[in-house]
Amino acid sequence: MSLDDSYTTPDGRTIGGVLMEMKNITLRFGGVTAIEDISFDIREGEIRAIIGPNGAGKSSMLNVINGFYHPQDGEIWYKGERRQAMKPHAIARQGIARTFQNIALFNGMSTLDNIMTGRLTHMKSNMILQAIWKGPAEREETVNREKVEEVIDFLEIQSIRKTPVGRLPYGLQKRVELARALAAEPSLLLLDEPMAGMNVEEKEDMSRFILDVNDEFGTTIALIEHDMGVVMDISDRVVVMDYGKKIGDGTPAEVRANQEVIDAYLGVSHD
Amino acid sequence: MGGTGLTTKIAPTDGLDTIPKLLARNADLHGDKPASREKEFGIWQSWSWSEVAEEVNALALGLLAIDLKPGDHVAIIGRNRPALYWAMVAVQCTGAVPVPLYQDAVADEMAFVLDHCSARFVIAENQEQVDKVLDVQDQLPGLEQVVYLEPRGMRKYDHTTLHAYRDIQAEGRAGHDRLQPILNERMSTQDYDTTCVMLYTSGTTGRPKGVVLSNRSIIEASRTSADFDNLNVGDSVLAYLPMAWVGDFIFSVGQCYWTGFCVACPESPETMQADLKEIGPSYFFAPPRFFEGLLTTVMIRMEDASNFKQKMFRYFMDHAKAVGGDMLDGKPVGTMDRLKYALGNMFVYGPLKNQLGMTRVRVGYTAGEAIGPEIFDFYRSLGINLKQLYGQTEASVYVTVQPDGEVRADTVGVPAPGVEIKIDDTGEVYYRSAGTFVEYYKNPEATASTKDADGWVATGDAGFFEEDTGHLKIIDRAKDVGKMADGSMFAPKYVENKLKFYPNILEAVLFGANNDKCVAFINIDLEAVGNWAERNNIGYASYQELAGNAQVLDAVQGHVEEVNASLANDPMLNGCQIHRFLILHKELDPDDGEMTRTRKVRRRIVDEKYNDLIVALNGDVGEIHTETEVTYEDGRKGSISANLQIRDANVFPRRAEAA
Repeated sequence: MSLDDSYTTPDGRTIGGVLMEMKNITLRFGGVTAIEDISFDIREGEIRAIIGPNGAGKSSMLNVINGFYHPQDGEIWYKGERRQAMKPHAIARQGIARTFQNIALFNGMSTLDNIMTGRLTHMKSNMILQAIWKGPAEREETVNREKVEEVIDFLEIQSIRKTPVGRLPYGLQKRVELARALAAEPSLLLLDEPMAGMNVEEKEDMSRFILDVNDEFGTTIALIEHDMGVVMDISDRVVVMDYGKKIGDGTPAEVRANQEVIDAYLGVSHD
Repeated sequence: MGGTGLTTKIAPTDGLDTIPKLLARNADLHGDKPASREKEFGIWQSWSWSEVAEEVNALALGLLAIDLKPGDHVAIIGRNRPALYWAMVAVQCTGAVPVPLYQDAVADEMAFVLDHCSARFVIAENQEQVDKVLDVQDQLPGLEQVVYLEPRGMRKYDHTTLHAYRDIQAEGRAGHDRLQPILNERMSTQDYDTTCVMLYTSGTTGRPKGVVLSNRSIIEASRTSADFDNLNVGDSVLAYLPMAWVGDFIFSVGQCYWTGFCVACPESPETMQADLKEIGPSYFFAPPRFFEGLLTTVMIRMEDASNFKQKMFRYFMDHAKAVGGDMLDGKPVGTMDRLKYALGNMFVYGPLKNQLGMTRVRVGYTAGEAIGPEIFDFYRSLGINLKQLYGQTEASVYVTVQPDGEVRADTVGVPAPGVEIKIDDTGEVYYRSAGTFVEYYKNPEATASTKDADGWVATGDAGFFEEDTGHLKIIDRAKDVGKMADGSMFAPKYVENKLKFYPNILEAVLFGANNDKCVAFINIDLEAVGNWAERNNIGYASYQELAGNAQVLDAVQGHVEEVNASLANDPMLNGCQIHRFLILHKELDPDDGEMTRTRKVRRRIVDEKYNDLIVALNGDVGEIHTETEVTYEDGRKGSISANLQIRDANVFPRRAEAA
């Protein structure tokens, strides 16, 4: 299978060519090497998981992808072009949205307003027009609100539309964060531990939403997750990191069979 | 009305003898008035009667195109959505029979009904419902086509016998010239005796039964009840109760099509309360449980309000309790009291009613279970015209109803217009009306044992008419009314209702027939007790933990003893005092078969399932260990175990039997 081939998964989704490619990425913080010479790619339409023990460098990797960290070595290719070092907000404009390991919402604002902030990259009218809310600003707000309402409907959070997010339970806050990322209509969605701290039912719901997002909008998703069951169930391919190095890459079945991975992360099988 | 149910049949008014004909009339008469509303993407969408007529027609044509035949049964599964109400009428247009199902039914229950009515077509709301149907498809050889409303998540499904609602409509529109004559032909052959709808009763005992209701039953019940409460095209309702329940069919289809009023559907079940406030219906129905829940929420919120607001709330609510009900009933009230009430209305009642979405409620009903007098009076004192009715699926709802000005918490009213009632020697209530059902589908024995040759239908409820007012009072299910060992009357529901009037108690089940003392299971109300626990810094992780808390037990014991004290003064029921009780470690749940989907306790099943606990209650142990099987929403089973405390409650000396 060459890199440009598109193929169809057993459940009928089409996985396209390479959307993002990381080539020999190395990231250092002073003397500490967080990521060492890692290469992998993310294909269009796939769900790509990054796993690894604590401190393996997963979140750093996500921060490299969305431009928060600039690697000392290596190249990032996105949509067929080599990406120059740029600010996260510029990268957000290129269609990369994310959620955070520790929820980063505006607690005093309503669910609706929080999700509206996800539309910022789509708002072109200037501050004065927005303040007086006339002409293009008004039209723009209508268009953006429509998109936000679609997301609210999609994630079934109509009942909390006007609730300040600080009053919401954790599982719902996670969903609002996903909604905000989705409202940006990203081509690549980064999820940093979307199910951390959730109970089984909330995890099932979240998995369903991730699959639906991927299926319905064709959004490419890269996620970090600790729950192995979830990762193996929903992802198409998995990258395994340990101490900043890549030790495995492939389908869930391949990764599960990889001895190095078993030793480093999943533990030795006892049965 | 008079005459016997069999010989004199009521003729249709103005030749309007089917729901599709009512639709055509409404499109003619009220073409641009709103017929359906639904909140979508945060905005209320509305459809006028002429738009609804077009939608229904297109779907009916499309259903013809995929070969729906007269007399077929079409199951409709989903929550209240305009498109699903239209589907029921479209099905009627084609001469087939709509069978709405409870949307929260698990796959097995659904399989039973789909199989029993040999449904050839299913119209389902979304992926969740389609999945349930597909799960049991192999048990249903008669099932041919499935239509779904929400395309989300359905793209990859095999679409050979699966169709999107919009596609069916498009197919119908495309084939208009060819299909319309066939559809017109089918509609013209229907009359007052054609089956309008088949509704499955929830069945507190055994499997559900399919109640066949003709156009006569539905339209007559809708016509007389609409006249009774002066419902008209300007009214509006919020449809949020299960579509499979007869009441919803009468309100959202029967009365809606008869009067032409507008039915609004909430955005999602969770937003119902907010949608209620936005729509402000003028005609409203809710089970007692709803009003109880709402009152609990109001009281909990008031506890969080500022001191000044709390004082003002209490001051004016006390005044409302004193005069509000009388003002609503049109009784004389002094000028000063009226002034004070007007002031209260400005500061408390008005804003509160607005918050509850009841500002415009002109007629409100509650039925299904007894409602606590305090709860009932609370709403009436605010000026909300809340009334009670007594009804059944087999009667197309209406048996008795409370006229304006004669509203009380402890009766269910006088016979509804066009309904005759008699009470037999055992105390069981019988009725006869134009709304009476045709038969139980494929169940002639049950039909014969419920409806006699003269058209009298047994309700299964025991009751009596109050002599001076002519109001009917219901005591309990006739078969549940029994005798204690000493011969005194055992009426469990009467006692359970007294318990359930306490906000802390959600559900109670009383045992004691043929025994020398009564014992009870209690379910606490997680919201009310949970809130109390939070206030008192009592930590809990689950229902089970809270239910086992000693202070909760103390509180419930207090309630039980108060009930005992009031029972001791009742000459008929003073034998029903509760000697011992326990708080169950889980909530009784329809998924476990312990309750019906309309949340009535299935006594026999509870009896069998918790037999160990009943034995312990009748014994003298103070604690018992038990293990119970539970069913999760997706049908998987699990089990929970617990140690339950059994408490002894004080009983009071019985007041001497009245001479």
